[in-house]
Amino acid sequence: MNTSITRTDVSLVGRWWWTVDKWILVAVALLISIGVLLNFAAGPPAAERIGADTFHFVRRQMMFLPIAVVVMLAISLLPPVQIRRLAVIGFVCALILMLATLALGLEVKGARRWITFAGVSLQPSEFIKPFFAVVAAWMFAEHRLRDDFPGNAIAVGLLLAVVVMLLSQPDVGMTLVVTAVWCAQFFVAGLPIFWVILFALAGLSALVGAYFAFSHVASRVDRFLDPSSGDNYQITQSMRAFEQGGWFGRGPGEGRVKEALPDAHTDFIFAVAGEEFGVILCIAMVALFAFLVIRALVKAMREENLFILLAVGGLAVQFGLQAVINMASSLRMMPTKGMTLPFVSYGGSSLVALGVGMGMILALTRRRRDLEGRLI
Amino acid sequence: MIATVAPKARGAFLYPGDELKSMGPSKIRLDGIAVRAVEIGRMRLIVTASLFALAFGLIGARLVELMVVGGDPSLVVARGTTTTAAVSQRRADIVDRNGVLIATNLPTVDLFADAQKVIDPKNATKKLIATMPELKRDEVLRKLSSGQRFVYLRRHLTPNEQASINALGIPGVDFVESSRRVYPHGSLFAHVAGVTDPDNHGNAGAEKAFDEILRRDQAPLALSLDVRVQHAVREALAAGITRFSAVAGNAVVMDANTGELVAMVSLPDFDPKDIGTASEAARFNGVTLGLYEMGSTFKLFTAAMALDSGTATLASRYDATEPIKIGRFTIQDFHAQNRWMDVPDVLIHSSNIGAAKIALQAGTEAQKAFLRKIGLLTPLALELPEVGTPQYPRTWREINTITIAYGHGISVTPVHVASAVSALVNGGTLHAPTIVRRDTGDEVAARPVISKRTSDAIRALMRMIVIEGSGKQADVAGYLVGGKTGSAEKVTRRGGYAENSRRTSFVAAFPITAPRYVVLVVLDEPRAIKETYGFATAGWNAAPTAGAIIAKISPMLGVFPIGHDDTFEPLAGILASRSVGRRAPRNEYASREADEAPRATDDSAPGVAIAAETTADAMSAIADAAGGTGEVE
Repeated sequence: MNTSITRTDVSLVGRWWWTVDKWILVAVALLISIGVLLNFAAGPPAAERIGADTFHFVRRQMMFLPIAVVVMLAISLLPPVQIRRLAVIGFVCALILMLATLALGLEVKGARRWITFAGVSLQPSEFIKPFFAVVAAWMFAEHRLRDDFPGNAIAVGLLLAVVVMLLSQPDVGMTLVVTAVWCAQFFVAGLPIFWVILFALAGLSALVGAYFAFSHVASRVDRFLDPSSGDNYQITQSMRAFEQGGWFGRGPGEGRVKEALPDAHTDFIFAVAGEEFGVILCIAMVALFAFLVIRALVKAMREENLFILLAVGGLAVQFGLQAVINMASSLRMMPTKGMTLPFVSYGGSSLVALGVGMGMILALTRRRRDLEGRLI
Repeated sequence: MIATVAPKARGAFLYPGDELKSMGPSKIRLDGIAVRAVEIGRMRLIVTASLFALAFGLIGARLVELMVVGGDPSLVVARGTTTTAAVSQRRADIVDRNGVLIATNLPTVDLFADAQKVIDPKNATKKLIATMPELKRDEVLRKLSSGQRFVYLRRHLTPNEQASINALGIPGVDFVESSRRVYPHGSLFAHVAGVTDPDNHGNAGAEKAFDEILRRDQAPLALSLDVRVQHAVREALAAGITRFSAVAGNAVVMDANTGELVAMVSLPDFDPKDIGTASEAARFNGVTLGLYEMGSTFKLFTAAMALDSGTATLASRYDATEPIKIGRFTIQDFHAQNRWMDVPDVLIHSSNIGAAKIALQAGTEAQKAFLRKIGLLTPLALELPEVGTPQYPRTWREINTITIAYGHGISVTPVHVASAVSALVNGGTLHAPTIVRRDTGDEVAARPVISKRTSDAIRALMRMIVIEGSGKQADVAGYLVGGKTGSAEKVTRRGGYAENSRRTSFVAAFPITAPRYVVLVVLDEPRAIKETYGFATAGWNAAPTAGAIIAKISPMLGVFPIGHDDTFEPLAGILASRSVGRRAPRNEYASREADEAPRATDDSAPGVAIAAETTADAMSAIADAAGGTGEVE
């Protein structure tokens, strides 16, 4: 460890160093490294497919990565109170941007998700996820702790607002994640079992509703249930990639499936990892994600403050859910759902938003007591 | 229970962060509701963490299942389809009628370059040329610097070549699996089987004709040809070409009763693997595409036409004492007899004058209709893409009728002749010629074209030509060969006929008592040799070549030598009528009745009668043929 920061250093950085959870930090650093490696593997074929120069995606990812890291570290310096303020402000800003996206955004592949802002394309819905998790945690905690505060009602209202926004883009996948995280937080906040069951049923009917309401959702589910019913090109290619990988993979740069997979650098990057680096790296990645999620949840468990507990829990669930959905999709364990693999997939907005989320996890899981139990 | 007892904290709404500031250990202990909430929260976080642990565990298990154990059974369907796609790229084999391989596939690799990955095109070119000198420097350099992602450098490498290129380790130069069409018999089936392009698509011959079937079906395509017969025919034809210094030659063996081509050889030919360097003459399939004036062979058709339509009988006599003069043309005979001739005489002595008179008697329209009926005026209806369309005068004048009667002024392919002669000898049924094996029970396109009686007469005539006429050298003891020679002067570039450059032919059927096969040999510009006493007409070269072929292939085809018990009544009949005719006024016997019931009108032994006028050799052959009548003993 870096010994240039002494125990007695009470500067902002010094105090951060001695209180931040270094295990999470290391795990994130490892994930980012794997992400860079896989981007070099999957980026060039994708770039050539769209006619850009070979390292187009790699370069862009390398541009966003430092921003995400700086954002993460900067946020992790903040005390919990400022995290909450940041989340409230960020949530409002993201909501406004999403409204703007609906009005001004570019339509890509049938959905309006992007807004161009001073030459940089931004996906506001990515940012609303971490901010909303923290805001919802605050509302649930407040409701629990105060008699006279309608926290749950506000949380429901906010969720409805976000869901309406997301569905009008439309972005069913993101809606699913946001709602699931919200429900998990409500559950952790002590929702009575009766309501848990009711919510589970509601969630199920919502999924069925999505099946009938959105044709592209229906077709994806159909193709998952019956592979021969339609075009399963990407998932078939993905399966091939994993099968070709075996124990040690075909070797760096030796992957072939990435040339045939349009979304190899985003939704199917896990398949590229499987083909080129084999089952060992894949298991290592799964282990890293599992470690990060469970470590954050354990940290949240030790928390005495309900807001922090709910906020860290929500952020960790969001992070973990995204990883699980991405990996399970590319392994054909569930219908394909366009979702980035945190810190690994290509995607500027996603990367910076993950930096925000992880920064908040780091900030909220910092040790706040000295050995005598005093707050520091 | 604590929740109900413990009072909730009351008071003004705290601004964000306020409650954290005032938060301390003592406060928490007092605030029971908060402790309770956090405890529930912890419990439920454990549930959440467990669910995640389970999810990640399942993902890990799935990874092991897919990547280590291998395979996703639910995707068998998808994999199944890709397998079929890969297999369908395999072209079906071509086999002969007995299942012997004619064309099959050999797995090979193609050498290609991803030009974007080639770092140093110049150096790479140098290395490649050094290893594979047949590559062209400029072309390789251009391909390697083209920036194309996939460009073939060379197709179908041998394993040795692949190993040496691989050892160079040039980045961007790689191999892709491929398959190459191979023809184990080399040039033997060059024209029938044809060739494929480097992508294994049919380019000529059966490969092109059956391209779709070969690409779709997995079952081998069985041709009607027989590799043994094909080989024997090619060998005999090549020997004939060499012996008579001919420039080219064709030979066909057709099953007279089905139209199946058992052998077809066009020389010169080529080895399919060297198609790129083969000459135009070698690539030309003379058997199906070559249009030739067949010469006197056509006299068989003239005779059949006249006999079948009833304008002549075997005993009809024609004045061949003087050449025919029509316009500026003079029609004369090669072996001029300068006498009156009956139909057998016309054929035995191959009289042009006689044939012309037979045709003129029947008339132009009858001649045209008959030739059309036996398929000699229509494009060859064979499966191959290389088929010729007969050439004949658009306006068919008297002079055309005369020349066509002896096979000039009309060009057809050898297969046309083999097919038409098959119909003449098999009892009168014309079968569409084919190169595909016909199995018993197959529907065969066939139609009657002449009566059985005419067919019998033609067979008798063909046998007589071999016994007495120009076809002697085609005879094979025991196989009762019947046939007809044809020698046509070749058309020169200036349009006239060249006297000493001939195309000779011999068409044979055997055994003539019940013909099983028709053999046609065509020699292009055979030369006279010492043994032929300076002659270069068909009887001296095409006929012995056909005889050699028949002698070789009969045992292979299961045609047994015919013993003395066999009878050939039509021939016996003709011989009888002729022997009687020579003693008595001929016209008395030039009647259909005589033809129909020859034995009834003749009580003398035909063999004895003939003996006086023919050679001893021929006599014994006829005696063999006429054997079982009970009158030759």
